Amino acid sequence: MSKIGVFVCHCGENISATVDCARVAETAGNYDGVAFSVDYKYMCSDPGQNLIKNAIKEQGLTGVVVASCSPRMHEPTFRKACAEAGLNPFMCEMANLREHCSWVHEKGEATTEKAIDLVRILVEKVKYNHSLNEIKVPVTKTALVIGGGIAGIQASLDIANTGHKVILIEKDPSIGGHMSQLSETFPTLDCSQCILTPRMVEVAQHPNITLYTYAELESLEGFIGNFKAKIRRKSKSIDEKLCTGCGLCTTKCPVKKIPSEFNEGLGKRTAIYVPFPQAVPNKPVIDRANCTYYIKGKCKVCEIVCPTGAIRFDQEDQIMEVEIGAIVIATGFTVKQPDFFPEYGYGKFPDVITGLQFERLASASGPTLGEIRRPSDGKIPEKIVFLACAGSRDPAKGIPYCSKICCMYIAKHAMLYQHKVHGGKSYVFYMDIRAGGKQYEEFVRRAIEDDGVNYVRGRVSRIYEKNGKLIVAGVDTLLNAMPVEIDADMVVLATAGVANEGAEELAQKLHVSYDPYKFFAEAHPKLKPVETNTAGIFLAGACQAPRDIPESVAMASGAAVKVAALFSKDELTREPIIAVVNRQAPPVYSSCVGCFLCVSACPYQAIEKEEIKNRNGEVIKSIAKVNPGLCQGCGTCVAFCRTKSIDIQGYTNEQMYTEVMALLNEY
Amino acid sequence: MTLGFYPGCSLKGSSREYAESVLALAKAFDINLEEINDWNCCGATAAHNMNKELSLALPTRILSLAEKQGLKEIVVPCAACYSRLTVTKHELAEDSALCSAVTESNGLEYTGSVSVLNVVQFLDKYITPNLEGKVVKPFDHKVACYYGCLLVRPHEILKFDREEDPQSLDTLMLKSGATPIDWAFKTECCGAGLSVSRTSSVGRLSGKIIGDAKDRGAETVIVACPMCHSNLDMRRDAINSYLGEKIDIPVLYITQAIGLAIGLDRKELGLQRHFVKVTV
Repeated sequence: MSKIGVFVCHCGENISATVDCARVAETAGNYDGVAFSVDYKYMCSDPGQNLIKNAIKEQGLTGVVVASCSPRMHEPTFRKACAEAGLNPFMCEMANLREHCSWVHEKGEATTEKAIDLVRILVEKVKYNHSLNEIKVPVTKTALVIGGGIAGIQASLDIANTGHKVILIEKDPSIGGHMSQLSETFPTLDCSQCILTPRMVEVAQHPNITLYTYAELESLEGFIGNFKAKIRRKSKSIDEKLCTGCGLCTTKCPVKKIPSEFNEGLGKRTAIYVPFPQAVPNKPVIDRANCTYYIKGKCKVCEIVCPTGAIRFDQEDQIMEVEIGAIVIATGFTVKQPDFFPEYGYGKFPDVITGLQFERLASASGPTLGEIRRPSDGKIPEKIVFLACAGSRDPAKGIPYCSKICCMYIAKHAMLYQHKVHGGKSYVFYMDIRAGGKQYEEFVRRAIEDDGVNYVRGRVSRIYEKNGKLIVAGVDTLLNAMPVEIDADMVVLATAGVANEGAEELAQKLHVSYDPYKFFAEAHPKLKPVETNTAGIFLAGACQAPRDIPESVAMASGAAVKVAALFSKDELTREPIIAVVNRQAPPVYSSCVGCFLCVSACPYQAIEKEEIKNRNGEVIKSIAKVNPGLCQGCGTCVAFCRTKSIDIQGYTNEQMYTEVMALLNEY
Repeated sequence: MTLGFYPGCSLKGSSREYAESVLALAKAFDINLEEINDWNCCGATAAHNMNKELSLALPTRILSLAEKQGLKEIVVPCAACYSRLTVTKHELAEDSALCSAVTESNGLEYTGSVSVLNVVQFLDKYITPNLEGKVVKPFDHKVACYYGCLLVRPHEILKFDREEDPQSLDTLMLKSGATPIDWAFKTECCGAGLSVSRTSSVGRLSGKIIGDAKDRGAETVIVACPMCHSNLDMRRDAINSYLGEKIDIPVLYITQAIGLAIGLDRKELGLQRHFVKVTV
């Protein structure tokens, strides 16, 4: 005879506001097999958990039903409590009264009735629960970090410094990411390159880090602790061992007019190129789409001049397979590009540029060596306008969110402009100034008060050219919506930060979820900001949402700690919610008839054939066998099995049937 | 072929030439535009400022009458009428309770089966496919196509052209042999109803439009809205006094420009009715 305890939680008012919790507990107390039933305000709290533990000990409970929230967050909590009181944790079930009932229904009789039903079906189910033991799997103590921007660099260094191996892959020829493009950084105005490049070098030289640039993830299989990744190392068309990085090839390459990605199109590069002088690794790649040899079949100037004979025109992409235990995604973001704002003339007027382009103009390593000169004619702009929220917070443009970093970098841009162009006039059109952060507000005030940047609160409706000036037509909402027109020499758009192209595809390869804007989704918005819904895969930086440098670095360190914690054990425990093929006494051995439909149905290749042999070693029967390390407990095989020989532990056919019958009041 | 025709108040009054040119063009392409019997005011700006249900009931009545008359598509040349009719259709389709309230107060059946075409959609669908070969006198001028506020807004409802940088009139004019210019004031406000109450404001707002068109070398401004036309044409004195110069660029309805290109009579197109003499 079962002795089941039912514990009904109020969840503060989350459940009790619409469900009569006392009545639920009282009703459940009358069910067959229920030995104890109680309601309490916060069952997950310490006193709540003690209530469960004491009842298990005092009443000798054989099963527990906690009627509270979704099992997503607190199933581990309650199972742990049961285990501490000596009950097998898998004898504990949760009825989801909050998400499935109280949150979605009005207060009333029917709502309480539904809550009672939800409890009853689990009381019946738990009667058929069996004690289960966790599965142990080994951990491969190597992490894969995808993306070599500041987040990926920080995560790699932090993991590597705990003594674990890291494989860092970067799709571009150099690590450094967007941060390497920036001029100075807010709120301290320290030079971005000066704080970043030493870390880039550290990555390249760290004994625990293997760096692959010009490489992308091809595919991923496996599970936490035991992933197998295929990495595509794109052909650089050079032999990296022979190349000394002397740079002769890049000076002699005849194709010199390719817009430089690093300079956001404001400078030019050659077809064989190093993205920027401080690149890591400082060795060139050939951009095959623009190389004369690959287009016309002749040229080979680089091969002729190379003193070490390092050019390899016939080099092919390599697919490399690596075994890893954890992954940090740090693929970053991009800024929204032209044609998005026909009314602002981006793409039509060369002197309407993006914030990232302004960074290159202001940077000492940029095309103007740090002088603010406009792209059209190289003149120093006497009047410059910055537009905040160019796309962000604009549902009509499809981007309702705040890009977060723009308010600060615009203040920085305007400040840099004022520092570099004495007597110049700068204007910022803004909706609100969002300067939440340590010393951020003070920084913006400095731009306004010390450097004389004119902040105009209002939106810009149009930018057009007139007599060689860019007319910025907007409104000043603090002057009673007075229309304002500024005849500027240059305009900088703080275009929205958006997810990278291909983010969706990468998320699907990694089996992680993403939001409607293709930013990767964290497992919990507050309590699990660096975890994804897939165990063993973590997030760092702006691939999750627009983030500034301090936040990206903090996230990266957070993700690194999660990886280090995972690697701190030699074995991982996994829930035993997996499929099993039944075994019976001879001469049947198992009801499995060996049709192996399940083998083809299994998406994880977790089912194999097992031969049952007699004492003489002769095969008597072939049946299916589930590899507990690979099985993810999806249940597809259960639906396919014709003889009902496979069951998911904890969710057996019998348990499911019992739940349905309980709902139909058959018990 | 027969299509429905809803002229609205402007096309019977201050912009008769718009109606004349639409009808003349339709006739030249063997299309019969059948006016909706007993049509009423679309409600314009006044109705939706005062009473939402009234602002929907008036256009619904027009659409119901068109249904009753067996019309499948109606041509609505006035941009404001087009906006009211389209927005009404959208709102009634979104809210069935509102739909029954409105149709009940009208006492006329409404199923929403009638499609509403603005002049650009009408030209696109029925005129330009057969335009080639009919152009006898290409409209060989630099034109500034002016869309105003209502023709392409709000995009969520009209789902027509690009809101901030529309192209449809430019494409049509290109097909008629004209050279559309790239300019900055395609969708800026002309001053609209301030024409009567604050003429000087219209002088300033429309002045910027005409001024920019002239600066960029336009020989003609092309419009598809009676309100725009009246402000840019009839208020030219106010515009010129704002600009401090005399600008005599004519403002043509797109139907007039295409009419000229296919060799229709100037009088048939109502060109003599303009305040700024049409010299092109």
